[in-house]
Amino acid sequence: MSVSVCLLFPDLLGTYGDSGNATILVQRLRWRGIAAELTVIHSGDVVPASCDLYVVGGGEDQPQALAADELGATSSSSPLARAVDSGAVVFAVCAGLQILGKEFAGPDGESRAGVGLLDCATSPGRRRAVGELAVEPALGLGLSRTLSGYENHAGVTTVGPGAEPLGLVVAGVGNSSDSGVDGARAGRVLGTYMHGPALARNPDLADLLLGWVVGPLEPLDDTDAEELRRRRLSAAGGVPASGVAGILPRTWRRILQRR
Amino acid sequence: MTLPERTRIAVRVGVGVSEVSRRLAKGGGSVIGGRAILALDPKALARLSAGRKVALVSGTNGKTTTTSLLATALSGGGRVLTNLQGANLPMGLVSALADGPPGSPAALEVDEAWLPKVVAATRPAAVGLLNLTRDQLDRNNEVRTLASSWRSALAGNAAGTVVANADDPLVVWGAGRATNVLWVGIGQPWTEDSGGCPSCGSRIIFTPSSWSCGACDFARPRTDVELEGDTLRWPNATTLRLELALPGRANRANAAVALCVAKALGADPNVAARSFSSLGEVAGRYANVAVGGRKARLLLAKNPAGWMETFEVLASPPAPVVVAVNARLADGRDPSWLWDVPFERLRGHFVALAGERAWDLAVRFRYAEVDHTVISDPLDAMRHASGGGDFDVVANYTAFQEIRSKVRSVGVGNL
Repeated sequence: MSVSVCLLFPDLLGTYGDSGNATILVQRLRWRGIAAELTVIHSGDVVPASCDLYVVGGGEDQPQALAADELGATSSSSPLARAVDSGAVVFAVCAGLQILGKEFAGPDGESRAGVGLLDCATSPGRRRAVGELAVEPALGLGLSRTLSGYENHAGVTTVGPGAEPLGLVVAGVGNSSDSGVDGARAGRVLGTYMHGPALARNPDLADLLLGWVVGPLEPLDDTDAEELRRRRLSAAGGVPASGVAGILPRTWRRILQRR
Repeated sequence: MTLPERTRIAVRVGVGVSEVSRRLAKGGGSVIGGRAILALDPKALARLSAGRKVALVSGTNGKTTTTSLLATALSGGGRVLTNLQGANLPMGLVSALADGPPGSPAALEVDEAWLPKVVAATRPAAVGLLNLTRDQLDRNNEVRTLASSWRSALAGNAAGTVVANADDPLVVWGAGRATNVLWVGIGQPWTEDSGGCPSCGSRIIFTPSSWSCGACDFARPRTDVELEGDTLRWPNATTLRLELALPGRANRANAAVALCVAKALGADPNVAARSFSSLGEVAGRYANVAVGGRKARLLLAKNPAGWMETFEVLASPPAPVVVAVNARLADGRDPSWLWDVPFERLRGHFVALAGERAWDLAVRFRYAEVDHTVISDPLDAMRHASGGGDFDVVANYTAFQEIRSKVRSVGVGNL
């Protein structure tokens, strides 16, 4: 079999290097001898419903709204929703996370309908969150290491009962400073505020997504990514790369977060 | 034109401060001197600009080189004031203007986010606008917000003659309300930041030689000058060949803008075009230095659009390449843009990765399947690279400054 990875709208949602996530997913399959192909869908192209894994990146307000329209946020039938119904995996970052939710803030600040694949809603925040982001992954994901990324967004995201956060924020802001969590996940649709790109710094997250498509995977030598992650977590405020923060009581994590 | 007493005192103090700073080897001294001037006279930028012809150059890439070419083109008529150390915020600008006699013309590079304020203060005779692309992702969050701020600031006659790149939709939007625009077709290979129409939000459709919005009437304007190879072509069939010592397509585009701005200030274009050949390096860019008995050429690339132009001028494989990247305030704290650069093109080169973000590079290069060695210290990386012959060094802003200062400090000068 060949795994098809679809990068959605790099011309609209490609401001923060997130197209790298698609490169990473394809390479990690190929290095394991699994055939993989990358389909790049620009705005105006027909979005295929047949791919195995979709990657959506971050971008500016106006292109974000255009991307939501093209993904069928305002129509009854979205190819992406059909793909998810038949088991496709979606990984969305920042603006991508926001438009996959039920509603997000348009360029005028007014609320707009999202694609609705994630039970979350985003409204404009008062202050832009910019800087290193460290996230302790939710237990159900089976990831053991603290996730590292770089966030840059003004939106405040609230996760509803139909989704769960990707994890607890141990440094940075994530969805909002009040919630103390980052991202949203429902089934095989996973969103985060982590740029970086996220999968460069967190190869185990990449393998989690790939595992949902192809099953168990043999490990790769990720020494360089591990070194990068260790350095970024250290820059984020001394978060232990081993994930020790996960065992701290919530109040302690809050203190860590404020540092 | 005489300066007000307050400005004169401010300038005297500022010049003194920068002199002290220079002697203490704290840097070029222009920023701190300018800071002193502005503290004593907040209106110094407007007052020092009054009574002289000021030309501004702005955009994401090529500001320093274009300004340098412009200053060269104008220098036939006597002294030209300019901020050649890349000090392109108001502090650096007042410092450059305080440095010379009243009445002499000024060629100033201006940070793209500061352009509106600088235009209002200096009332320039001409402005050259190069391009607007992603850069410093953590600070200039929205490149189209910059384009809109240009659009308001340049409206009407605020900026004299606006020489604008017709091939960059965001620049066209920024210059779109100015009364007197000279549209120059100088190319813009990087289009990933202008896919959304700044006018209506729909998609911009690019063809090899033009672009237009798919929905509204926003489109590439009819050009007044076209650059083809190294030749400038006017609609009346007049042509002019640019004679450049600087390499690459981007520098031909920079020279085209410099020439048109110089012409708008009254310079003879033929003389200007010839003058460019005297410029072999700009603030260390394209300079050759000796390391390990080999020649190293220093190149600056600080974002994907800059890298697209840099690949073209690199020596062929397997010539070694040192890539050095930092992510300090002046670089932008977020080096995610490394994933927008097709580093796959460096396959076959002997690559050493350096700088404070060498490990971000290492991961990027692994996925690009480019063999590499990580040697965080840039000078050590350069010594290592010299083992493979003459080589190129490509660094982003603060990494470049660091390399320049280290190369000087170990006593290896230009070959």
